[in-house]
Amino acid sequence: MLDVRGITKRFGGLVAVSSVDLSVSEGEIVSLIGPNGAGKTTLFAIIAGFLTPDEGEVTLNSSSINGLKPHKICQRGMVRTFQITQPFAGLTTLENIMVGAYANTTDYDIARSDAERVAEMVGMSSQLDKSADGLTVAGRKRLELARALATNPKLLLLDEVMAGLNPTEIDEVVQIIKNIRDSGVTIFLIEHVMKAVINLSDRTYVLNDGTLIAQGTPHSVASDPIVIEAYLGHGAAETMKDRAQK
Amino acid sequence: MSRNGAVMLLVSAVVLLLAPYFIESKFYLDVLTLIFFTAYIGQSWNILGGYAGQFSFGGVMFFGTGAYASTILLTTFGVPPIIGIFAAIFAGAGLGFIVGYMSFRSGLRGSYFALITLAFAELLRVLANSVEFTGGGVGLFLTYAPGLHNLQFDTPVGFYYFSLLLLAISILIALWLERSRFGAQLAAIRENQDAAEALGIDTLRCKIYAIMIMGGMGGAAGTFYAQKYLYLDPPIAYSISLSVEMLLVTIVGGMGTVFGPLIGAFVLHIVNEITRHFLDTPGLSLIVYGVILVLIISYLPNGLMGLFKSRSKASDDAGLGPDETGGASKDA
Amino acid sequence: MLPAAIINGVMYGSIYALVALGLTLIYGVLHIINFAHGAMLMLALYAAFFLFRIFSIDPYLAILIVAPASFVIGYVLYRWGIGKLSKGKDQNILLITLGLSIIIENSALFFFTGDQQTVSLSYSYDALDLGFLFLSYPKIISFVASLMICALLWALMSLTDLGKAIRAVAKERQGARLVGIDVEHIFAVTFGIGIACLGAAGCMLLPIFYVDPYTGNIFVVIAFTIVVLGGMGSVVGALLGGFVIGITESVGGLLLGESLGQIGISLIFIIILIFKPTGLFGSRV
Repeated sequence: MLDVRGITKRFGGLVAVSSVDLSVSEGEIVSLIGPNGAGKTTLFAIIAGFLTPDEGEVTLNSSSINGLKPHKICQRGMVRTFQITQPFAGLTTLENIMVGAYANTTDYDIARSDAERVAEMVGMSSQLDKSADGLTVAGRKRLELARALATNPKLLLLDEVMAGLNPTEIDEVVQIIKNIRDSGVTIFLIEHVMKAVINLSDRTYVLNDGTLIAQGTPHSVASDPIVIEAYLGHGAAETMKDRAQK
Repeated sequence: MSRNGAVMLLVSAVVLLLAPYFIESKFYLDVLTLIFFTAYIGQSWNILGGYAGQFSFGGVMFFGTGAYASTILLTTFGVPPIIGIFAAIFAGAGLGFIVGYMSFRSGLRGSYFALITLAFAELLRVLANSVEFTGGGVGLFLTYAPGLHNLQFDTPVGFYYFSLLLLAISILIALWLERSRFGAQLAAIRENQDAAEALGIDTLRCKIYAIMIMGGMGGAAGTFYAQKYLYLDPPIAYSISLSVEMLLVTIVGGMGTVFGPLIGAFVLHIVNEITRHFLDTPGLSLIVYGVILVLIISYLPNGLMGLFKSRSKASDDAGLGPDETGGASKDA
Repeated sequence: MLPAAIINGVMYGSIYALVALGLTLIYGVLHIINFAHGAMLMLALYAAFFLFRIFSIDPYLAILIVAPASFVIGYVLYRWGIGKLSKGKDQNILLITLGLSIIIENSALFFFTGDQQTVSLSYSYDALDLGFLFLSYPKIISFVASLMICALLWALMSLTDLGKAIRAVAKERQGARLVGIDVEHIFAVTFGIGIACLGAAGCMLLPIFYVDPYTGNIFVVIAFTIVVLGGMGSVVGALLGGFVIGITESVGGLLLGESLGQIGISLIFIIILIFKPTGLFGSRV
């Protein structure tokens, strides 16, 4: 479904993303992990059309989406959420979600019922009349998710949707994401919360300093020495192996 | 719109329609006409500024261009204003497209957009002053010839209904925005343009449509003015004071609301009358307007409508204020 | 005629540069676009006018009174006015400074009437004979004085601790706060300096121009065009931009006539904003 080949992005002298290849197939939940500053959000921004890559190509359902504006990419079925939530602060929760729903209809009543249905799915039905700027962090993350979902995407890009949530909330959202996948949406997510990554992902990519250093199932990636080094520092893998042997 | 709201609207509409039969005084009919006109042109600003969130400081340019369009067609080509008004609307919308395309395509927002609209209005004023067919600095005179085809009326009642009609149309446009997809898209753009873009909204196209609506409405206002006052020159056509007035009535009344501009127009007119009653020196009422603008922005940013609105903002329940991490602060 | 127009443009350009300098400083540090800039220049002109009319103080000497007074007014206006009222939101500042300009302009109309005022100094008509052009003494004095003040400002910004603090706040607000700089104070100081520039510019402009309540409007577009041309926040840009605009206005007036000549400035403004909003020297939009 999504094919990313050779993506490179430089900001002045800094190479944020370097020759990244990855792919997401229909029906999968794929995750992208890596230490802070690895370039994950930059990569997302490029894929979703907010940044243009210096090199490389992004293909969605066999057609190139390089250089397309974000709204066009959304119309083609791929939607992203933002790491720092971007609610429509002056609108209510319902109105926020309706904006997403309007991507598929021009009718007020249809948009409204679509929005209500999506709100139900993410567990926000009781908060529909609340003003978006009055929601808690958890609420805003869910709103971000609901809004994107309301556009009826084929591929959903979730950027750290678990950040700032407590364990109970994380479990809830994990379940919601599974439900979303079951309803036919493919999911590509950036995440730091390992529990969620392991519970959700079919496959995982690991990004460090702009390059992909590993990929595979969450378990294989978690025990990959290169990945351990990236997170814990040089020599950590050796140390851990030594400790385990003792 | 709620059941109560609709009833109130209907009653008000009937009252306003029948008003001329009860109001003998030409003076008061004229006052109402002026208020309706100001509310109408304020609403045009509201479409782009209140709903779409793009503040224009050069709104007068649509008014002036429309006025010149229909007037030149009349004085040079004999086209009756009842047709000319559509040319004015077309000219206003066309100008809106040009300005909108150039400005929005370059990504201008906030203060930069406001400034460039100011520059365009200034540019047009200088052009109008220097060019033959606009009559240059001398201006254009229209002949007094009452008749519907001329959109001229020999009594204030005619202009009263004319302005009421314009006002009604503007209210219908705003009501449409409140419940349409386009309106929701404009609101999204206003609140957070990047998020709107990410959700499939073609923000460039929507903003251009909004400014074209503003332009078309402004153009018709120009024709109204020309037919009522029978004289047009560059300072009238492109004066910054009209640009300010249209934003002022909307901000005072409530940006992004259907009746904000109308309420603002009433209030400002009353303020004007009171000020002039005390001291009829030029400049005083504008000083008061300026003070009101500063006060409203500082303490009542949602305008007077904000006092009425009982949106169930259960934000207090959440316990966490809006400045807790979440929303990135956006540039103006 | 052309060389004369160019020199004339350079003369006025130095004063325009000073006006724009205040504006660009305010933008560069506070990120505020001060719509009331033109109106405040007009007030400075009136101040110089009344000091001359009532106390017979030569406008150029009046700088010593008007500039510091302007600084104080600017400081207070920001600290307890704009800063407080806008609560830091950009949209609000835009409208508040607009409101301020309306208040100032119409107060001038109310108190001073709409009549145009000029001053006539004892040396107003003495001039330097360059052959192809007579350069009146006031023009020369204004030119030199503006350049001196610009140099003074440059020295302030580059060589003093205050200047360093201002530049720090402009570059990195939070960081400056963290190293103990009183950011609100610096904001107010910068705004004060910006208005002081207007105070000085007003004194220098009065002998070679005129004042009425609407004079501010003329300079608003000019000042903004210069700032946008030179780049928001760039001092060098404001200086060079001032000369460019001064010359453009002068030559434009020569070639296209008085009224159409004005068009050059609005056009430049629009073109720059559309194609290179960061200006020739600036860095952010």
